[in-house]
Amino acid sequence: MEFVSQNWIPGNFKSVPDTGRTAHDVVQHGWTPITTTTSVLGVVFESGVALAADTLTSYGSMACFQNNPRILTVNQNIIVAAAGEYSDYQFIRDVVEEKVRTEKSLNDGISMKPKALHTWLSRVLYNRRTKMKPLWSTFLVAGVQNDVPFLGEIDKLGTAFVDDQIASGYGAYLALPLMRKAIDEKREKFNSKLTKDEAVDLLKKCMEVLYYRDARSHDKYQIGIITKDSVEVQNLALKPRWEVAKLVQGYE
Amino acid sequence: MFRNQYDSDVTVWSPQGRLHQVEYAMEAVKLGSAVVALKNKTHAAIVALKRAPNELSAYQKKIILVDDHIGFSFSGLLADARILSKYMRSECSSHKFAHGDDLPVNRLMTKVSNRMQLCTQRYDKRPYGVGLLVAGYDDNGPHIYQTCPSANYTNCKAMAIGSRSQSARTYLERNLEAFKEASLEELLKHGMRALRDTLPNDVNLTSKNVSIGVVGKDQLFEVYSEEKTQEKLALIEGEERRAPVPTTDSSSGGSQPPQDGPGAPPSDSVPAVAMETE
Repeated sequence: MEFVSQNWIPGNFKSVPDTGRTAHDVVQHGWTPITTTTSVLGVVFESGVALAADTLTSYGSMACFQNNPRILTVNQNIIVAAAGEYSDYQFIRDVVEEKVRTEKSLNDGISMKPKALHTWLSRVLYNRRTKMKPLWSTFLVAGVQNDVPFLGEIDKLGTAFVDDQIASGYGAYLALPLMRKAIDEKREKFNSKLTKDEAVDLLKKCMEVLYYRDARSHDKYQIGIITKDSVEVQNLALKPRWEVAKLVQGYE
Repeated sequence: MFRNQYDSDVTVWSPQGRLHQVEYAMEAVKLGSAVVALKNKTHAAIVALKRAPNELSAYQKKIILVDDHIGFSFSGLLADARILSKYMRSECSSHKFAHGDDLPVNRLMTKVSNRMQLCTQRYDKRPYGVGLLVAGYDDNGPHIYQTCPSANYTNCKAMAIGSRSQSARTYLERNLEAFKEASLEELLKHGMRALRDTLPNDVNLTSKNVSIGVVGKDQLFEVYSEEKTQEKLALIEGEERRAPVPTTDSSSGGSQPPQDGPGAPPSDSVPAVAMETE
């Protein structure tokens, strides 16, 4: 018989048949994202918060789905934007929408606030990474709580923080310095925060820079703006100027 | 004995449509010492009477802290109140962990009430023999809630439960209009007067037998120390005590819980809670 080793010695244990599985065959799920989205940006202005994210979902380096919006209006207090694995964003979106529906059905006039969702997401994402099954997403949570604008990030490891300007992925390298510069200049010159229009213009500029530099980005994007008494998500498109392409040198 | 044909189990209906075991549990609430709770625009306060089981023991703690923004006092079985307080604390703490924010008072009340309802519908359980007066503060302002072993709960402007509490309710009803605009000090004075009305003439409020709890805007739930209680009691000291109101409260002794006699016409019990809120 096959499973009796040739070297078997009477009186010793026979060798156990090999199932054909070795440690190398163990499949690890969730360790690489498949359908991904790129950077997401957020900036606090004097009376609210603005988020920006393009609508492209990539499959590897292929620009696969060109109309996948990823700015979610949670309720009148909160908007959320996501970057990373698109299906993980969809999963969280469904859970959050269910949470909001449940809350609405209580009909007690109380609705979730941005800090609460930020904390909740950090619990969920941290819990999942602890199970070694991370949700491969970065979330920006934006809103106005007690008249103060709130912007926070949670990444796939459950790391959560709050800041006045946040960018994920390539945006952290390319857009964040631009955003910080604009905010600092405004503070130094006028001792005030950006206005809503300034914030939106800043995000538009950042999205353009990202479109030129980030190969996973797209010219169709959304900007979500939340203030104390309004929530809106705009659909926008860049008008790229590729004349500048000839100035890029050293990659031939 | 109060026994009748239809009180063998919590789940047994009487032909008049009543659950006698539940109503007996509601009688337990009337045996505890009196508690008064009331609120103004910014604060909710509890003024409770403490009892010492005997000469040698300390006065029983009467106000239980649930979270920074919620606390309650109770009347009835202390042990049951402690089980409920443990549940309420764990709910508030889970909510704070998951959402980083205080649990709104009305949501906590729904949870507690759902839990209390369970044991009025199962033959292998008994209703909680305790009534709560919960004081809390959240984004919607101060709240007073009353719960009952029947698992009803009511949002109140002011309420009193416990032994001889009818006199306190009478006081509260007569002065209801004053509460909303009252200062915290005035509110506590009303609370203490209401509580004093439940006492027999030869007993008075002291810093030993009174417990005061306050929560409100920029004020975490605080149970006053003996010194602070004494300070507040001094505010109404020397005031003439009102002549005792003839009490219709069944807890004043003698009277019996509702019974279904063969000839008795079906009567609906009048709820002791009949106050408009908001």
